[in-house]
Amino acid sequence: MSRHTLSVLVENKPGVLTRVAGLFARRDFNIESLAVGPTEHEDVSRITLVVTVEEHPLEQVTKQLNKLVNVLKIVELDSSASVQRELLLVKVRCDQEIRAEVLATVQLFRAKVVDVATDAVTVEATGDREKIEALLRVLEPFGIKELVQSGMVAIGRGSRSIADRPLRAVTPEDVRAHHDGGPHSAHSAHNGHSAAPGARDTHNRTHRKQVSDHHG
Amino acid sequence: MTDRSDQQAISGAASLIRALEESGVDTVFGIPGGAILPAYDPLLDSTRLRHILVRHEQGAGHAATGYAQATGRVGVCMATSGPGATNLVTPIADAHMDSVPLVAITGQVASTHIGTDAFQEADIVGITLPITKHSFLVSRADEIARTVAEAFHIASTGRPGPVLIDVTKDAMQSLTDFSWPVELNLPGYRPVSKPHAKQVREAARMLTEAKRPVLYIGGGVLKARATTEFRVLAELTEAPVVTTLMARGAFPDSHPLHLGMPGMHGTVAAVTALQKADLIVALGTRFDDRVTGKLSSFAPNAKVVHADIDPAEISKNRTADVPIVGDCREVIADLVVAVQAEHAAGRRGDYAGWWQQLNAWRRTYPLGYELPKDGSLAPQQVIERLGEIAGPETIFAAGVGQHQMWASQFISYENPYTWLNSGGAGTMGYAVPAAMGAKVGMPDRTVWAIDGDGCFQMTNQELATCAINDIPIKVAVINNGTLGMVRQWQTLFYGKRYSNTDLHSRRIPDFVKLAEAYGCVGLRCESPDDLDKTIEQAMAVDDAPVVVDFVVHQDAMVWPMVPSGVSNDEILAAQDVRPDFGDGEE
Repeated sequence: MSRHTLSVLVENKPGVLTRVAGLFARRDFNIESLAVGPTEHEDVSRITLVVTVEEHPLEQVTKQLNKLVNVLKIVELDSSASVQRELLLVKVRCDQEIRAEVLATVQLFRAKVVDVATDAVTVEATGDREKIEALLRVLEPFGIKELVQSGMVAIGRGSRSIADRPLRAVTPEDVRAHHDGGPHSAHSAHNGHSAAPGARDTHNRTHRKQVSDHHG
Repeated sequence: MTDRSDQQAISGAASLIRALEESGVDTVFGIPGGAILPAYDPLLDSTRLRHILVRHEQGAGHAATGYAQATGRVGVCMATSGPGATNLVTPIADAHMDSVPLVAITGQVASTHIGTDAFQEADIVGITLPITKHSFLVSRADEIARTVAEAFHIASTGRPGPVLIDVTKDAMQSLTDFSWPVELNLPGYRPVSKPHAKQVREAARMLTEAKRPVLYIGGGVLKARATTEFRVLAELTEAPVVTTLMARGAFPDSHPLHLGMPGMHGTVAAVTALQKADLIVALGTRFDDRVTGKLSSFAPNAKVVHADIDPAEISKNRTADVPIVGDCREVIADLVVAVQAEHAAGRRGDYAGWWQQLNAWRRTYPLGYELPKDGSLAPQQVIERLGEIAGPETIFAAGVGQHQMWASQFISYENPYTWLNSGGAGTMGYAVPAAMGAKVGMPDRTVWAIDGDGCFQMTNQELATCAINDIPIKVAVINNGTLGMVRQWQTLFYGKRYSNTDLHSRRIPDFVKLAEAYGCVGLRCESPDDLDKTIEQAMAVDDAPVVVDFVVHQDAMVWPMVPSGVSNDEILAAQDVRPDFGDGEE
């Protein structure tokens, strides 16, 4: 089992989220994190979805996702080749005596206090999973009254955007080659960037919609 | 897109009917009700649409499916909201499993009432999400025509399947400008049809090098209307052919290259050929669990070429060594050219040794059955004679169970689209309405429903539809008085404890009287001596539906059989008879 982050571009229409979520639910896969929001295109929404599953069932569910008429594109974002962020709002018990200590902790994590009450503060933090977990570990001893967390949103590193890549079909032979580590990898191997950090988006695996002109 | 100049304000309902006409629909099976009523009004004036008023919406759905399977055109059914729509759920699921192009139109309560638990409200789009290829909820009249066009496009292209259009009553009642054709707006729908040339060449090369190849073909060959191309490929390669339950008729049963059906009740030769193969060329088929048996021990030494129009089927169950995404007709046509090129280069497969082995299995373990010792009718005998007397042009639609398996085994299918059944979903009750739909689509052909007494009692109300609308189908009820296949499993796996399988339907109902009550001709046959005579009598009736109650022996079982979850190596040719494959022949 391994953790996967999928970015799914979908038509901005009612019911699309249900269609996407349904494919996971019927296979008894738990979606660990989910974020849906607008994109730079008015007609397109972006779903960021985190699941922990085996490789083969993930491939199957991804292919099924690709078949949904409202799904435009799927990219699996590798954590090392993408920026991944979650938003946390946490209400921490905090009286006069420990206030200074809490505020110091908040500063240490470059989080900020967004609301103050006599016996509590509300802290806002953004960061990757590890940072959020670490912050919560440190705040826990003070007493957490309530917390709410967003689903993860993620974006590939580098200058390229998810939508402006040419649509090229991933054929099953690509997928197999990927498994075998062969040359026709489903990784975005046509990325021509050099060793700059941005080039790391070569690890993000695109599951493009099948198109009819994919002669090899 | 050019607009037709007759743009005029018409009701959403009228635009729905116009759009169906423009999409080439000639038949709609359905039942009106509150929410769909607006559509039924302009339907009354349509000269191009024949609406057939069924007795239950499930009948409408299976009729549309039978129509589609027999004709290759999109089947259309219509129902009202709530229970009308939910009664379509089973046929929609059925069409989804068997990749049948179907457009189901349901009325929905007014958009202002949606979500209020209004009278006859059901979230049919939500209910059918996992069993449709796509679905639409239409709440504006302006969207109706385009949605219909998109639905037909989606249902009939790529891997075909059912599409639901749920239209609110107020959308049908408000005015819109109708124009046709309309521009499709489906940016996320791009099915592949052209196969990858390199992969096809690789498949051809592997066919040439193989020693023990099998061409394993499924319903996709029929869906792609590729049977002519396939026959050329088979005869060119001279490789053995197996046809799945969904592909019966795609390759003539009488053809010497044909080993029959693989799978749980397949022939010993077909099942064993796949098991011992060194190359499986799978065309338009999906390695269903009923074909593979225990997956981990299926065809252990075979390389797999898998061609399918649906990329999600490839390597789903069995990993493909050479995956090919494409329309079967194009794949097969390209494969023919590629194999010809191999031959021209002096490379040709040598399967002589393989055929020797295959022919030995075929000779030693042919399909067969024993006649009951008490002189009663054997169900297999009924079905076999039915096939012989009705002839190869006849269309057969089966229910689900023993009679279905016998109908797939003991009728010789020589032509495509002559065998209709519920393969994936296994829907009891499919036969009568599907036969009705097939007969409507192919009025000049004889259509026999081969049904069990259990199945028949699930949907026989459509006999009324047939009698009233001049749809003279013929129904053979293979009446063993029980849920036969379930009983067979109880016999084999539950120590003959026959829990709730006895239907007593040799006593109640009286199928002859039931047929007559529905305005059909009712016949009964209880003895082998009357068999041919009764079938001929039924064949002679051409102005009314006929129901024949064939009272058959209760203990007949379907053989061969690979028990569920067991390796195909464990196939039993008959009860307690394991074929001798001569160990070490590998």
